[in-house]
Amino acid sequence: MAKRTGMEVSLAISEAVKLANADVIAAYPITPQTHIVEHLADLVANGELNAEYIPVESEHSAMSACLGSSATGARTFTATAGQGLELMHEVVYVASAMRLPIVMAVANRALSSPLSVWGDHSDVMAVRDTGWIQIFVENGQEAIDNTIIAFKIAEDHRVLLPVMIHLDGFHLSHMVEPVVFPEQSAVNAFLPPNNFPLPLDPAKPVQMGDFAPPAVFTEAKWAQEMNLEKSKEVILEVWKDFAKKFGRQYNPVECYRCDDCDTLLMTMGSFSETAMMAIDRLREAGQKVGLFRIRLWRPFPYAELRQTVKNARTLIILDRAISLGQEGPVATEVKNALYPLEKRPKVVGFVGGMGGRDISPADFENIIKRGMEIAKSGSNREFEIYGVRE
Amino acid sequence: MATSENKPKIVVKSKPEDKLTWKEIEIGGICTEPGSAGILRTGDWRSRRPTYDFTKCIKCALCQIYCPEGCINQNADGTYQADLYYCKGCGICAKECPKTVITMIEEKE
Repeated sequence: MAKRTGMEVSLAISEAVKLANADVIAAYPITPQTHIVEHLADLVANGELNAEYIPVESEHSAMSACLGSSATGARTFTATAGQGLELMHEVVYVASAMRLPIVMAVANRALSSPLSVWGDHSDVMAVRDTGWIQIFVENGQEAIDNTIIAFKIAEDHRVLLPVMIHLDGFHLSHMVEPVVFPEQSAVNAFLPPNNFPLPLDPAKPVQMGDFAPPAVFTEAKWAQEMNLEKSKEVILEVWKDFAKKFGRQYNPVECYRCDDCDTLLMTMGSFSETAMMAIDRLREAGQKVGLFRIRLWRPFPYAELRQTVKNARTLIILDRAISLGQEGPVATEVKNALYPLEKRPKVVGFVGGMGGRDISPADFENIIKRGMEIAKSGSNREFEIYGVRE
Repeated sequence: MATSENKPKIVVKSKPEDKLTWKEIEIGGICTEPGSAGILRTGDWRSRRPTYDFTKCIKCALCQIYCPEGCINQNADGTYQADLYYCKGCGICAKECPKTVITMIEEKE
């Protein structure tokens, strides 16, 4: 029986990469992700993980090295955050379009300027459209499980897409949490060896990352979109398989006390567990409130989202990023998903928790109460910022 | 003056790209037939074509070395000539030729 142990979440992710038997890690350190790749470097140097560790000169090179490595059929991992994700931006698109099953942990961080090393979701929102499968985790156990799961999803021949695991910088990456590591033999049984169907092989040459003239570019992009949409079936299947073997079930949309709700709160990432405390308090006070989180950010879980909110009258969304000149990006996407419904909740958007600012259980209570007030007033203001000093 | 226009010898089994449906595109657009770029007729990008006065040619091969398309071949008599299937008409060969063998003329066909 696997033992429960205390470990910093960054290190736990490295250990999960080791359990997944990664072949190549190409990475550049950046706060708040550094501990992940630092610990992986230790594991490789100590001989505990038989992998090639490529220390590169930038994140652009990190992802470029990952492309080459993954193209040979090697199981490939990297991690980054904030500005690092921005620096590798163009190569992030290439990885998904070339259908290379790379797994990357992103310790979510605010984007400069002002310079901030602390957490929010601005870096996530800048890579929404890159064609990667994107999964949010909320605690150390979820981070371990979904790192292992990510390889299985990515390398499935029906998928062959890179996967990002989003974890909140510092608020999750630097926490010491109680976690259970699955046994190596169980991971081996769950995760078969990577077998990329058309690898770089001198004996059977292929050309990758080709030029596409206007005559074929649309077809190439549509093939990529269809593939990403269809990957959802496999993601659900892998999560189910994981639950059967390890006892923990993951879902595209995760609900907490959502039944019989007038008002729903929506969050993404580790703040969700804090929000649960606010939900509990308000429930005790007799309020019909619940919480749900989007775990599967891409491909976007339209059906599950619509199902979750169908009976609610008010939906309050906390965005931890701002699309400047518009509103919170998650609120925009949720409104878009709900538009075709005849009966849909009133959506009230808040932007808060940016650049590492805490949102406490009391703050969440305030957000919910204020959201209910706004909904009642019938205001059509797109969003409010939470906690700004006037 | 006669100019060559060699049909490529490459045989490509896959459909021409303007006939491919999205379902027929290989994973990630991987090209499984090496050298298939050889069927791409870059010659039809040309607005000027090279013409030759071979009597002045000293067979130095500078035109071949400088050609960015790599489409200049040696004739049986040792002179050099662009393959118009690929020649984009940039005129670098005419500029570099030390004996002014090559003159670029407007492509009118």
